[in-house]
Amino acid sequence: MSEKVSVEKKVLSENDRIAAQIREKLGAKRIVALNLVSSPGSGKTSLLERTLDALNGDIKMALVAGDVQTENDAKRLIRAGGMLVRPIVTGGACHLDASMVSNALNQLDLTDVDVLFIENVGNLVCPSSYDLGEDMKVVVISTTEGDDKPLKYPSMFRRSSAMVINKVDLLGLSDFDVSKVKDNALGINGGLRIFEVSCRTGAGLNDWYTWLRELIIRKKRNET
Amino acid sequence: MTQDEMQRQRIESICAVGLRVGALSGVDPGALTFCFETAVSDTPLTGAKLEVEFVPARGRCRSCGHEFEAEDFLFLCSKCDSRDVDMLTGQELDIVYLSKP
Ligand SMILES: Nc1nc2c(ncn2[C@@H]2O[C@H](COP(=O)(O)OP(=O)(O)OP(=O)(O)O)[C@@H](O)[C@H]2O)c(=O)[nH]1
Ligand SMILES: [Mg+2]
Ligand SMILES: [Zn+2]
Repeated sequence: MSEKVSVEKKVLSENDRIAAQIREKLGAKRIVALNLVSSPGSGKTSLLERTLDALNGDIKMALVAGDVQTENDAKRLIRAGGMLVRPIVTGGACHLDASMVSNALNQLDLTDVDVLFIENVGNLVCPSSYDLGEDMKVVVISTTEGDDKPLKYPSMFRRSSAMVINKVDLLGLSDFDVSKVKDNALGINGGLRIFEVSCRTGAGLNDWYTWLRELIIRKKRNET
Repeated sequence: MTQDEMQRQRIESICAVGLRVGALSGVDPGALTFCFETAVSDTPLTGAKLEVEFVPARGRCRSCGHEFEAEDFLFLCSKCDSRDVDMLTGQELDIVYLSKP
């Protein structure tokens, strides 16, 4: 006869504990924290390069870039003018976890920072389960992917607060249907804020910048 | 993590781990079971089985209060068509129990 011993514990409780510490630290400093997630190559780094180019000097940004093997993304962000950039090389892990982010943040001077961007590893599965202490997850999807992505990775789209549809300059070259992807995503998460942009041409990025500025203002006023 | 818990509760060997997995936990129960069985070989957990309790995604409409199962992860109120729906269940990823032989 076997005997059951009750445990009742979240598998990710240790990660959640560290994420809560990060959230408290960033909250006290009034820093907006965004966790950028996507499939590999959707344009997370490109979006951050554009954002640095447009808003650097105007708002103060810290950036943490996760990568499985290289520090390439962090180097791109530094070249784009990022002053506070830390790479996280996961050494094989397909997602960032809170302790990796916590270590990276300890190496950055966060004084007067307005917004922290965390570029997650390109993967729409595992990063959805790992809280990094962010205010919001932002999911990036590009028009070279299938418009059924939200249906295939519902967990990520449900847990994200905004969706950036990137590479709209390539619309028409595939059968990607913007209205279909929006319908699919909004069915899973009716509260998603949606942006349609091209990091190549710059189209649609003003809405994204405006939204970032609003988030920062709300954070400073301590609204959520 | 299961091994930490065994130490804490002073359990020497177990024959099963009970896990609760939500439909939107980001974890696929099939893949997880396979990984678990591979991961535990040559550890004190060798031979332990993973017993997965699957939790469907359920939502509650913020407009009319209707509660429903979100089939195909569609958080669209089946009464009033509102998309303003809170998630009640579906994100779980918990260790529920350990079974001693
Ligand atoms: N045509 C077009 N190409 C783009 C656009 N945005 C990014 N790209 C290209 O897409 C490729 C991948 O972009 P990245 O920004 O590196 O994508 P990422 O999401 O950071 O990729 P990982 O970090 O590897 O997951 C690069 O070759 C970019 O030049 C766009 O709006 N239009
Ligand atoms: Mg990148
Ligand atoms: Zn309703």
